[in-house]
Amino acid sequence: MDSILPQLLTGLAGASSLFLVASGLTIIFGVTRIVNFSHGSLMMLGAYIGWSILTRLPREPEWFVLGVLATVLATALIGVVLEVVVLRRVYRAPELFQLLATFGVVLVLQDVTLWLWGPVELPLPRGRWLRQFVEIGGSRFPMYDLILILVGPVVLGLLWLLMNRTRWGTLVRAATLDREMVAALGVNQRTLFTAVFALGAGLAGLGGALSLPNSSANLNIDLAIITDAFVVVVVGGLGSLTGAFVASLLIGILQAFGIVLVPKITLVLVFLVMAVVLVFRPNGLLGRPQAEAREATVAAPVIRAAPPELRALGVAALLLAIAAPFIVGEYYLTVLTDACVAILFAVSLHFMMGPGGMASFGHAAWFGIGAYAAGLLMQWIGAPMPVGLLAAPVAAGIVAALFGWFVVRLSGVYLSMLTLAFAQIVWAICFQWVDVTGGDNGLLGLVRPAWAHDARVFYWLALALSVGGALLLRRMLYAPYGYALRAARDSAARARAIGLDVQSLRIVAIVIAGAACGLSGAIFSYGKGSIFPTYITISHSVEALLMVLLGGLQTVAGPIIGALVYTGLADILVRSTDLWRLVLGAVIVLLVVAFPEGIAGAARRLWLRGREA
Amino acid sequence: MLVSRRLILGASGTLALPGILRAQGTAPIRIGEINSYTSNPAFTLPYRNAMQLAVEQINAKGGVLGRQLELITRDDAGRPQDAVRLAGELVNDQKVDVLAGAYLSNVGLALGEYAAQNKKLYVGGEPLTDSMVWEKGNRYTFRLRPSTYMQAAILAEEAAKLPAKRWATVSPNYEFGQSGVRWFKQLLSAKRPDVTYVGEQWPALGRVDAGATVQALEAMKPDGIFNVLFGPDLTNFVRQGNTRGLFERRSVVSLLTGEPEYLDPLGDEAPEGWIVTGYPGEQIDTAAHKAYAADYRRRFNAKPMCGSLVGYALIQSIAAGVAKAGSTDVEKLVEGFRGARFDTPVGNCEYRAVDHQGTLGVFVGKTALKGNAGVMTDWRYIDGKDLLPGDDFVRGLRPASAN
Amino acid sequence: MSVLVVQGLSKSFGGVQAVGDVSFAVSPGEMLALIGPNGAGKSTCFNMVGGQLNPDKGSVLLEGKAITGLSPRAISRAGVGRTFQITATFGSMTVRENVQMALLSHHREIWQFWRPVAGRHLTEADALLAQVGLEAQAERATGVLAYGDLKRLELAIALANRPRLLLMDEPTAGMAPVERVGLMKLTRRLATERGVAVLFTEHDMDVVFDVSDRILVLNRGVLIAEGDGDSIRANPAVREIYLGTGATSGGH
Repeated sequence: MDSILPQLLTGLAGASSLFLVASGLTIIFGVTRIVNFSHGSLMMLGAYIGWSILTRLPREPEWFVLGVLATVLATALIGVVLEVVVLRRVYRAPELFQLLATFGVVLVLQDVTLWLWGPVELPLPRGRWLRQFVEIGGSRFPMYDLILILVGPVVLGLLWLLMNRTRWGTLVRAATLDREMVAALGVNQRTLFTAVFALGAGLAGLGGALSLPNSSANLNIDLAIITDAFVVVVVGGLGSLTGAFVASLLIGILQAFGIVLVPKITLVLVFLVMAVVLVFRPNGLLGRPQAEAREATVAAPVIRAAPPELRALGVAALLLAIAAPFIVGEYYLTVLTDACVAILFAVSLHFMMGPGGMASFGHAAWFGIGAYAAGLLMQWIGAPMPVGLLAAPVAAGIVAALFGWFVVRLSGVYLSMLTLAFAQIVWAICFQWVDVTGGDNGLLGLVRPAWAHDARVFYWLALALSVGGALLLRRMLYAPYGYALRAARDSAARARAIGLDVQSLRIVAIVIAGAACGLSGAIFSYGKGSIFPTYITISHSVEALLMVLLGGLQTVAGPIIGALVYTGLADILVRSTDLWRLVLGAVIVLLVVAFPEGIAGAARRLWLRGREA
Repeated sequence: MLVSRRLILGASGTLALPGILRAQGTAPIRIGEINSYTSNPAFTLPYRNAMQLAVEQINAKGGVLGRQLELITRDDAGRPQDAVRLAGELVNDQKVDVLAGAYLSNVGLALGEYAAQNKKLYVGGEPLTDSMVWEKGNRYTFRLRPSTYMQAAILAEEAAKLPAKRWATVSPNYEFGQSGVRWFKQLLSAKRPDVTYVGEQWPALGRVDAGATVQALEAMKPDGIFNVLFGPDLTNFVRQGNTRGLFERRSVVSLLTGEPEYLDPLGDEAPEGWIVTGYPGEQIDTAAHKAYAADYRRRFNAKPMCGSLVGYALIQSIAAGVAKAGSTDVEKLVEGFRGARFDTPVGNCEYRAVDHQGTLGVFVGKTALKGNAGVMTDWRYIDGKDLLPGDDFVRGLRPASAN
Repeated sequence: MSVLVVQGLSKSFGGVQAVGDVSFAVSPGEMLALIGPNGAGKSTCFNMVGGQLNPDKGSVLLEGKAITGLSPRAISRAGVGRTFQITATFGSMTVRENVQMALLSHHREIWQFWRPVAGRHLTEADALLAQVGLEAQAERATGVLAYGDLKRLELAIALANRPRLLLMDEPTAGMAPVERVGLMKLTRRLATERGVAVLFTEHDMDVVFDVSDRILVLNRGVLIAEGDGDSIRANPAVREIYLGTGATSGGH
């Protein structure tokens, strides 16, 4: 086939673009250990800023280069501001809180970008040189794509020189290996982190600006690119520049040929590659095993039985919740029903994430599997609601068992990323396999039986199931299994040494969490009457993380409080302002800075003030 | 851009004064509208502008049934589940009489499902999916805009006139793209048994790898290409296609590309000679459209987009439906909307009683470059009723409960 | 009869022999110290007995049954307790809960999802804590314990399994000299009382000569001497390693 060469070159051009974004992400992660969700937003800003600069310059190549460099500087500067204003304040917080803060930044930047540049996508008018092509293998190949192919290796080379031939680079490499040691050497960590963040942001800006001749500055760049960049960084090995480069090549080329061979599953293909790589190389292609964080053993406080005051408060809240239908209007009843679902959604994530120590970035997958199990059973055999509510946790649990087998082999961010990949695969199936799942049109007509049609009755049902589920999970945590799960998280080596089967404990945690989450998905679906792939999006998974972390990871009440606060906050914001993303993002950042142990954690600290935990 | 900025800051909210105690009969007729304002602002913000314009104009003329119209908008953030929740808020808290809105098909279907389960009237403006009024149609759901089927039908008709025999398709891989391709192939094959389909490309929505996709299409050596990509995907595709010469000496037939929302961003790279559906905007020189476009410009200092037309016509259609029903009782509304005729800037339309589909028509034409911008030329307007299949066919698709 | 019998244990990493043909045995109540300079193969040897590493050759018998190459978990189940060089306890639990956890595992009650842990095996847990002198701190969070107390807690956890053999990797590392003696005297007493065989590695020669019954000396993966304190002290090969080459000794 004479199209192999052009397709290969196209893949290489795509790989270069991927590498530009991924390199910044991996450098930032390597040094600061921050999983920077806002990296895609930085690339988006790079594209918009690049557009604003380049449209004001003549269209000749030399001006293009100048404009791109100016964009890089501008984005690097934004990176500095971001680091100084937000991230610097959360370095001491647990790893996941930093992720939360960067997600808040994503929301803020979405609205800021919309406000500054407007809703319409902005393609850069291409000068004549950008439209030129060369004949390769009988096809025309864009000159600019040839340039892109070169940019990747050149940037890699420059970064290599920077890292290996300068004192600053040596420090960065040392910090990647051992952060505490660099601090001990008397290096100013603050400046180093700021500089690294600026470098990473500048690279994102470069990626954004260089994407302009082939696409446009638009508001979807941030979330579209961030998943791809995560995949590349994880496949390559966190913190490894060369790894990121190799992974970019692998994915870029696979993508280019995947389009020819299996055009319908390109979306799934990328995540499958990641899953396969992680199964065989748990630390990515060129990654090193992550050093166990030194403070890990003291990070988690003791979970004690709730004090009587808290129990009384809980009972009072429950009574109030039961009485709610007589107090609030019908709309708030649906909000409360959603809150019940959110509680079970958050509590189930907390189960595997807090005591289980496995942070899932793809928790919405179980939610969706539960929902679709109920929906498909309704569609295929007309299964009524009770059957659906029973089938949902079973289906989610079974899939969780299969998937858990892969997940428990990994740890840390790799584990989280595999859950993300899995959720994306589930989402893609629901979104693209229209014949079975109805695609994005979803499954409609999920009717409640007559006895549960009344909003009050359904609310009570949701309340009973979610509170019941939450209490059941809580009960497990205080039972030997829950202790053993926590033991495995606190110290896997010690757990094995007293005869615990760490992997089985973890798989079972995933199954329990998945089943509970699947139930919440089914309740939600019967509440809404329909099921859509949007139940499985990354942003829905992130919502679960938000709830758990806002509430507090290390308290049993945390996820419940987080779910209530988040549901209430989101509902009020969405209905009161078009700028809800800006406000929500800002609130998230503020909460993370103010309560790094979550709301419940902060309350607990106040409660315990002056006493020993 | 300036206008939209101001409007974003203007936030969602109500237009008329929200009085608390109003005597029945003089209280405003409340329209609760839900749309993807934050996730699809390019289409929905001009749409909201035009709705506001229409409400103001109708109210200035005395409203409907002697009552003022009041528009309350909500942002669904692109999530059907949020739309359903907000529908509950609008119905139960805001006590709206009519639900309206949706840009995304799934939001439209979710709101339709809500309407059916809760017996409320819902009028969808923009969602394109056929199933909204056919397979998943219900008694309480109406839809204004020409559906995927209607848009694909007119393009298939145009494609059948071309000499091209070998066709390739490129479409975002989700329901809209899949049904667009399915209808196009079905209808084209019916007219032209001699055509063959040499390949399909299915990039993921919003993540097209344009270079590889164009290269793959090139390798299929088609005579004609049917495209369903839109938005940033389309921009990327057109640029790579232009540079790599994919569109040279080939016919391209393309869904929605003539809408200014998608054509304008292409700038001087807008392709020439594509057969597209779309909206020629201020080229339309009927008196009604000229008046509408002038009012819109005066009010918002921007040119009317395709979304504007839909928003404006949506309010007009609701006003006409309510007027015909003579009441805001939901069952009366359903009967009133069935067969309701309403004027729009592009002509008189009707909500068909048989399937609740509006007969707002389709503009079909060719793309061309004028100065540094793409425009539609040789366009004509085809009334929606001429694009829809016969009543018996439609009855067979709709569930019996939808009557 | 010996509790632990190790025969011909060998392990290479990338062609470099870390441990070659090491054999020894430990009897009930006996404390056997494994010493040698850095890189002598102590940890490799230790981890092959504990199940963290798979030997290339040789066998490990616990009370006559082969446990060669089993997982750490299986070896623990077979009756081996262990402590780690850097203490490994369950930080999110109280001192008593740590021991309860080990007891639950010993009684095979882990896969229970309903009855709470609180109140289970309390007497047994408190008895173990009393044995290591931690009864007064039972309610405290593990995270706030002094390092020496953590080491004693580890010992209590390791004993909960009623082990026949106790593996202690650098038990006194990181401790103040006074505490070291205290901990090892405690271990000595428990070993004698319970008839537990103890195999330990140790850098601090004072501790080694003070509490061990017998000493094994490894160098470059090979066993070069074996005997009681006096014979080891007098052994010229050992003196050569520790004094002649100037290699490290003592705590660090």
